[in-house]
Amino acid sequence: MTLTAEPALSTAPDPDRPTPVGQRLAPLRRAWRQLTSMRTALLLLFLLALAAVPGAFLPQRGLSPVRVQEYYAEHPTLAPVLDRLSLFDVYAAPWFAAVYLLLFVSLVGCLVPRIRLHARALRTPPPPAPANLTRLAASDRWTTDADPAAALAAARRVLRGWRRTERAPSNGSGAALSAEKGYLRETGNLLFHLSLVALLVGLALGGLFGFHGSALVIEGRGFSSTVALYDDFTPGRRFAPEDLVPFGFTLEEFRATYDDDGRALDFAADVDWTPDAGDPDAARATYELKVNHPLTIDEARLYLIGHGYAPHLRLVDAAGEVAFDQPVPCLPQDVNFLSTCVVKVPDATGEQYAFEGVFTPSTVQDPDTGRVTSVHPQPDIPGLTLVGWTGDLGLGSGDAQSVYRLENRSRLEPVDEGDPRLIEPGGSWELPDGAVLTWVDTPEWVTVQVTQDPGKRVALIASVGMVLGLMLSLFVRRRRVWVRLVPAPDPAGPDGSGGRTVVEVGGLGRTGADSFAAEFAGLVERLREDVPPREPSEPRPTPAPARTGARP
Amino acid sequence: MTDEALGLLSDRSVAAAVLLYTLAMLALAGEQAARSSARASTRKEAAEAARRATAERTRMMATAGGPAAPPPPPPAAASAVAQVRSRAGWIGMALTLLGLVLHTVSVVTRGLAVDRVPWGNMYEFSSAAALSAVAIFVVLVARRSVDRGLGAFLLLPVVLTLGLASTVLYTPAGPLVPALNSYWIKIHVAAAVICTGAFLLSGVVAGLYLLRDRFDTRTAAGEPVRFPLSLGASLPPARSLDRAAYAVIAFAFPLWTFAIIAGAIWAEAAWGRYWGWDPKETWSFITWVLYAGYLHARATAGWKGRKAAWVAVAAAVALTINYYVVNIFVVGLHSYA
Repeated sequence: MTLTAEPALSTAPDPDRPTPVGQRLAPLRRAWRQLTSMRTALLLLFLLALAAVPGAFLPQRGLSPVRVQEYYAEHPTLAPVLDRLSLFDVYAAPWFAAVYLLLFVSLVGCLVPRIRLHARALRTPPPPAPANLTRLAASDRWTTDADPAAALAAARRVLRGWRRTERAPSNGSGAALSAEKGYLRETGNLLFHLSLVALLVGLALGGLFGFHGSALVIEGRGFSSTVALYDDFTPGRRFAPEDLVPFGFTLEEFRATYDDDGRALDFAADVDWTPDAGDPDAARATYELKVNHPLTIDEARLYLIGHGYAPHLRLVDAAGEVAFDQPVPCLPQDVNFLSTCVVKVPDATGEQYAFEGVFTPSTVQDPDTGRVTSVHPQPDIPGLTLVGWTGDLGLGSGDAQSVYRLENRSRLEPVDEGDPRLIEPGGSWELPDGAVLTWVDTPEWVTVQVTQDPGKRVALIASVGMVLGLMLSLFVRRRRVWVRLVPAPDPAGPDGSGGRTVVEVGGLGRTGADSFAAEFAGLVERLREDVPPREPSEPRPTPAPARTGARP
Repeated sequence: MTDEALGLLSDRSVAAAVLLYTLAMLALAGEQAARSSARASTRKEAAEAARRATAERTRMMATAGGPAAPPPPPPAAASAVAQVRSRAGWIGMALTLLGLVLHTVSVVTRGLAVDRVPWGNMYEFSSAAALSAVAIFVVLVARRSVDRGLGAFLLLPVVLTLGLASTVLYTPAGPLVPALNSYWIKIHVAAAVICTGAFLLSGVVAGLYLLRDRFDTRTAAGEPVRFPLSLGASLPPARSLDRAAYAVIAFAFPLWTFAIIAGAIWAEAAWGRYWGWDPKETWSFITWVLYAGYLHARATAGWKGRKAAWVAVAAAVALTINYYVVNIFVVGLHSYA
């Protein structure tokens, strides 16, 4: 694959070069040539763009498994079909991998011969001048009093920084200089495409040997990085649990600030962390974890990605025993942090209890309907609206239950006919059977994400290479300039010894013809200053007018 | 000035800029129409004049090589039309420049009013990207890389973008959501703003290339051309449209690559991964792949020209989807923008 074809200066391999491969391999060779051809690469490129589209419109497991479940619920017949086609895991799908792997094989197949050719081009001097320089798009010719050697020296000065080579013209008299510039264009092109391969390697390293996981932590509580303690843990295929950085932290305080309209201004969590949770003597430090401000512990990075409220509830059952006493994380449902949660109390004497709660940080209750809403995310007038249930929670069955959802409803009886009860912080609700539920206080919770990605650095370096390579391959122009100096006997000269020289200059710019015309004119101008045309000035053909997009 | 006054100034200047752009669009469209009718009525004379001018230039270059003499004056009727058309063109360009100045004032005062970069929500992003499109266009006209007549076609989407931004997407001056509170917003979003403007321009130019190309094909085949194909008569030659579209994309593509990479670095710091196939990331990727496809297509036999232009148009459509559809209708991590 190339970014730009440069027919005249191309280093692309000659497709028809005979190879010593046997006749039997011909079909294979044809297939390989087909795969590494630009047309195939183009088609694969467009196929890649097309293949990425469904993932942007259908919910993806990698992004939000919950939304995939919702999609299943909404489209019960369509969803399994889509799932069979991996459309909920597009970017991990075999067909998606097939497209990009073919593309990369095609790319590598194209790159290897081009690298070889470019390496050769870098060692090869610029080609000799064409027979007739004045036929080139940019050319000039004049006669000067300077001798060929002096003119050659001047040409060398003017073309400093160009790759040059000097050859004696075939007729043996005078001198000729070939100069070329802009090799960096192809270097950049190759760098860009090689960086793409490196980027894929970086992505693969991260995907194989890294992991990411998240955990919900309530103020005052701690967390240590062991697989079992993550709420969600996604290891790479080759990730080994012993690669986990064994850090731990305690969430001391979470602060959120909002403006009067409820727009969030800042979130920050103070954590007290240690690089080794298993070692009580390990040094501890505090860190203010913020959005865009992660904590780095060795290979692990810790991010603040969510927050909410966790009302601390205590249930004293009819027998006077404390059956439940802990904060319950409520999940935010709207921008003003109206949050829902479920409290399951399986261990009370006699009956089991469950509560569905709606937490509202700034509570407003509609006087007619009794509906509660929150008008601001800050806990100004906190309220907790509860609906109680008693009966069998179904926890004994051994099936895993979500802590955020109430299941087994058919075996539960609503308390007070399911009337919601709104309580305030410190308030309590005495149930008909004598049990008392008390809202003790309201700590906040945060979700942290932990990531270890060993391929990150490779990907970053590759990205820098990509941008650099692109800029070189799009902005550098490859061009050639030839200077030919032919001694001309001067019968009109004072004594015939001051040699007269015919200076011929020609240039060829394959890319960016407009700016090359200007550059060429500048070179000629400087050369004319050093080896001035003999008076009276000879007609000086203007370089071919540059073609521009503007109309005359 | 207080922040409120600055915010108000920003809102007023963008409204004035929209008005000026609209007038500029009409003036430039007038120039196009005059050019088109002049061409139709005096096609023969013009062809004759052009032939003579070319012959003259060739002769001069072959002999003296001095600066080419002005072409012989066109016939009187055509000359009057030419004068009107040239005046309409200059008025259009002047109005565009004035609109650009007010538009810049609007973006700058918005930034001063909110005390941060003026591209923190969809309203601001739209305005800044439209500013980038017009600014790049003006620079290219000044460098004679594009014909000013294209302004009529560029200003239409610019005015629509600004109109949509100031009504449906309007957001009063306010602070950023915390997730955007990072110096990366200066880098990542600024690059995206410039590229969005550039890609809007290249999309328009590539579309006009296709129009002109179809017009040329039809005309060459002797088939009748109807509106909107007849607009092709006043457009620059297909070749120069192709070059202009390429020039803009060649400038914007490395910057777009950089914008995506800067976004990835920011995402790594904010969300814990540098690439996660979030809908916005996915569509940026699709856009990137399509522009990469364009650059390759333009250099591939059988793809250069028409097919490559279609790719450039498709890429601009992908960019538009990425902006409007993904931001408004698709749930993702970029939903605040």
